[in-house]
Amino acid sequence: MLASRALVRGLQSGFWRRVSTSSAAWAAHTHDIDVVDCSIPQYNNRLDTPLPDVPFVRNLSAEQKKLKEKEKGSWTQLTKEEKLALYRLTHELSYAEMRQGSKEWMTVLGGVFIFLGFTGLLVWWQRVYVYGDVPHTLSEESVAQQTQRMIDMRVNPVHGFSHKWDYEKKQWK
Amino acid sequence: MFRAALRLSVSGARSLTRSRPQYTASVAARSYSHGKQETDEEFDARWVTYFNKPDIDAWELRKGMNTLIGYDLVPEPKILEAALRACRRLNDLASAIRILEAVKDKSGPHKEIYPYVLQELSPALSELGIPTPEELGIDKA
Repeated sequence: MLASRALVRGLQSGFWRRVSTSSAAWAAHTHDIDVVDCSIPQYNNRLDTPLPDVPFVRNLSAEQKKLKEKEKGSWTQLTKEEKLALYRLTHELSYAEMRQGSKEWMTVLGGVFIFLGFTGLLVWWQRVYVYGDVPHTLSEESVAQQTQRMIDMRVNPVHGFSHKWDYEKKQWK
Repeated sequence: MFRAALRLSVSGARSLTRSRPQYTASVAARSYSHGKQETDEEFDARWVTYFNKPDIDAWELRKGMNTLIGYDLVPEPKILEAALRACRRLNDLASAIRILEAVKDKSGPHKEIYPYVLQELSPALSELGIPTPEELGIDKA
């Protein structure tokens, strides 16, 4: 499958977690657990909830803890990278990243068409190799005889079938 | 107070003395058929007071901010400034940046709101050392 960027909705599943692109020293994530504990507050990326219940990274490395200490002082002392790192510690995705979407729909649509095409092949094969002959009453000669009989019977003479036949000139109107 | 979908008053008689876009201030976030309607100023004052609480805790900040973003409006710069100062008291830079992002997102198609808010907040932002999302490069995915 394409490496699509599915949004994490309240799940701390590590499979979808995006690796922080801030300087490598700051990018240590919590170790992933297989089962998410729904009884405690979880992190989530939501446009309507700017401040999630818990920060994204909870188990801080020593460097990260130092950065957090530095955060207690004046923020004008922080470098841009440090500010970005602090942001990424608390938030997994920025608003722009949340809104981004992915190209997954192309994969899905392509898959749908592939399977529809394959089904078409199966249907064709079935028509050719499984079905027997059609009844003889569908042959041209039989249809002509049938049509003549319908005209003779005056089928739907007011508005329908026989109405379209010109009985004087013996032809269709 | 800003509203998400408003008519811009462009009557010739009213001159825009300030550069900010004039949105007609309609009334409160809640509409009752009876009872006292809260005015925009009362709404703003209430929220400024909320965030100005000196010993506000992290939960209250989160709750306040998430609730405020849930309303059908873009908060006034003075409310946002109070919220940013609350972040400062809580030593939470990430939340401050997040609040700015949320304001931009909340403005939706009204692209002129966010620059105006930044302009109004720029003294506070430079005083506190809060970078804008654009400065950090997180405004583009």
